[in-house]
Amino acid sequence: MQENRSPIMDRIAEANKAATTGIDAKDIKDWITIYIMGKAYTVPADLTILTAMEYAGYKFVRGVGCRQGFCGACATVFRKKGDYKLQTGMACQTRAEDGMYLVQIPFSPAEKAEYDITKEPYEASVFIKYYPEVTRCVSCNTCTKACPQDLEVMDYIQAAIRGAFDSLSEVSFDCIQCGLCAIRCPAEIVQYNVAQLGRRMYGRYGQGVPEHLRKRVKEIAEGKFKQDMEKIIKCSTEELRKIYTEREKEPE
Amino acid sequence: MIKKVEITPENDKFLNKVNELSGQVVTLCEQCGTCSGGCPLVAEMDITPSQWMRLVQLGLKEVLDYKAVWVCASCFTCTVRCPRKIDVSKVAEALRQIILRKAIDYIDLKAIPKEELACLPQIALVSACRKFTG
Amino acid sequence: MTTTKTETPKLTGTENIKIPYYPGCTLKTTAKNFENSAVAAARALGIELLEIPRWNCCGTVFSLTDDDLIHHVASVRNFIRVQEMNDYGLVKNENRLVTLCAMCFNTLKSTNLRVKNNAEDLKKINDLMYREENYGGKVEVLHFLELLKSLGFEKIRDRVKKPLKGLKIAPYYGCMILRPQEIGIDDPEDPTIQRDLLLSLGADSVDTPYKRVCCGSYQTVKEKNIVAELAYDILSHARKEGAEAMATVCPLCAFNLDHRQKEVKASHSDFEEIPVFYVTQLMAIAFALENECYGFDQNYVDPRPLLASKSLIK
Repeated sequence: MQENRSPIMDRIAEANKAATTGIDAKDIKDWITIYIMGKAYTVPADLTILTAMEYAGYKFVRGVGCRQGFCGACATVFRKKGDYKLQTGMACQTRAEDGMYLVQIPFSPAEKAEYDITKEPYEASVFIKYYPEVTRCVSCNTCTKACPQDLEVMDYIQAAIRGAFDSLSEVSFDCIQCGLCAIRCPAEIVQYNVAQLGRRMYGRYGQGVPEHLRKRVKEIAEGKFKQDMEKIIKCSTEELRKIYTEREKEPE
Repeated sequence: MIKKVEITPENDKFLNKVNELSGQVVTLCEQCGTCSGGCPLVAEMDITPSQWMRLVQLGLKEVLDYKAVWVCASCFTCTVRCPRKIDVSKVAEALRQIILRKAIDYIDLKAIPKEELACLPQIALVSACRKFTG
Repeated sequence: MTTTKTETPKLTGTENIKIPYYPGCTLKTTAKNFENSAVAAARALGIELLEIPRWNCCGTVFSLTDDDLIHHVASVRNFIRVQEMNDYGLVKNENRLVTLCAMCFNTLKSTNLRVKNNAEDLKKINDLMYREENYGGKVEVLHFLELLKSLGFEKIRDRVKKPLKGLKIAPYYGCMILRPQEIGIDDPEDPTIQRDLLLSLGADSVDTPYKRVCCGSYQTVKEKNIVAELAYDILSHARKEGAEAMATVCPLCAFNLDHRQKEVKASHSDFEEIPVFYVTQLMAIAFALENECYGFDQNYVDPRPLLASKSLIK
């Protein structure tokens, strides 16, 4: 697809070079001003919030992870110039814009309830038992608006209140646990932990064991992969690396 | 017991605040006691509804030290019976809110035994959260 | 005492009507028997209770402070869902919303009244929910009992296959369908709507002055002994008047009067257990509907021995 690359992608690539390879400032054409925790920085245009902050000199130990939008570590909060809305996103997936006020949220303080799902009855009350604060939800929908994964967070919290394991699991499935919902919630609910409890219960009791899994477990028990495993165990690191890079991959 | 009360601008401020939050004119209360007489929970209260109405009329913040408004179940019996058409339950809510809005909760959700939480219907807990947590 | 009553359009004939139905959280869990019996009984009367898609918890109590709007958002969001049901053709020109739970009824109706009477409040709430379509103030909140009344109790009597003969029931109303006056569906001091329903089912209705005395409501969370004392008064007075069971339409009253009998027994050795029905369970029996919708296993005091003694169930 190289030949169809849009000019904007080229500009992004060029700007990214500034942060990644440290090219000379005089070679960069477009600049923007962003405000990191109130202090103004001039950075190349078209960087993501994460790379813009790195260009400005911030080094992240927390608040950064996979840089691909999957891990949920780089939660970010910002306001755009001339806009009253407090917005949220993943710093590695959101473009820095001129006049943006921003800050990284390295961690959302939250207590995770301790439970043993093998001992919990598969009943609606499990949510209220471990997270009674779900009943403080005012249906304001702020969590949904804050979710960088565009999940209907409020809807799954409502499902938790009435113990609907199936719809909670379905709606919350793509949660990356970034914590932005919990940071914004006026009822102080920790949505992602509630969802995790629900999905665990649903996975164990509600969904049942899928047929392909049952089949594969049986095959393993019958020793179908025993020979292959023994071969792998005996491999040297070099041989393992070769097997790994040449493995069959699912089509992208 | 006779108590001398000095009405200062501070007292007026408190009275006005309760009036504003509740949307009622507490000074309209003529202390007939109908609210207290009909209240199903009055036996459990440390002061009666008409007493909290009087304390508010005088702008005495000590009304916030009593447990009575937290025992109120918002059953609206006082509301339908007040001959002065004052919604006494709204006054109780205003007094609760003055405390709750300072981030002082009346119940601690985490202190409720797990087995109790597991059997309570959701409406019980949702309403308790709305009435007793800020 | 005069009451303000909601104008409810008369239902015509026995034709099938579809009406948006708001269940509320508790009817999906501890009061599942209330929902199942009501939906089945309504169907027997030609009414389809159509569950509102994507409904959310209403908040269960109406916020009473004048400056508070955020706690009304939940109810208004549900009204928007009713609008959407009309938009998507799930119902035709049907702006009525029916509830079974008395607490949901009170909260939804109170909120509706506030936003209908206060355009500025409604605008603020609509603005806050800018992702939703605006609520236009057209929804009418009805309690299931009102719907039955508008159908006519004589029609219900016609549908009865197994009259509840000799069953002495004390109707208990609680607070939320009676008060405040502008919200209530009956006389707040002397309600009769459940009595009329019970009589049409062939049961004997036992009147007690405690029928409209609060059960303690949400105090059950922190002060269950206060609730147990109130339950003792309410239940033992009904017994004294000759009642063999209670009837209610509120899942919190049901919890406090039924499940808290455990605490009542602990503090009052003279107390004799008494079954507490949802009035819709009694409808289901009288209509001779399938046993599955009764849901007696969710009742704390098992009503089956009483029903068997009257030959109403096997």
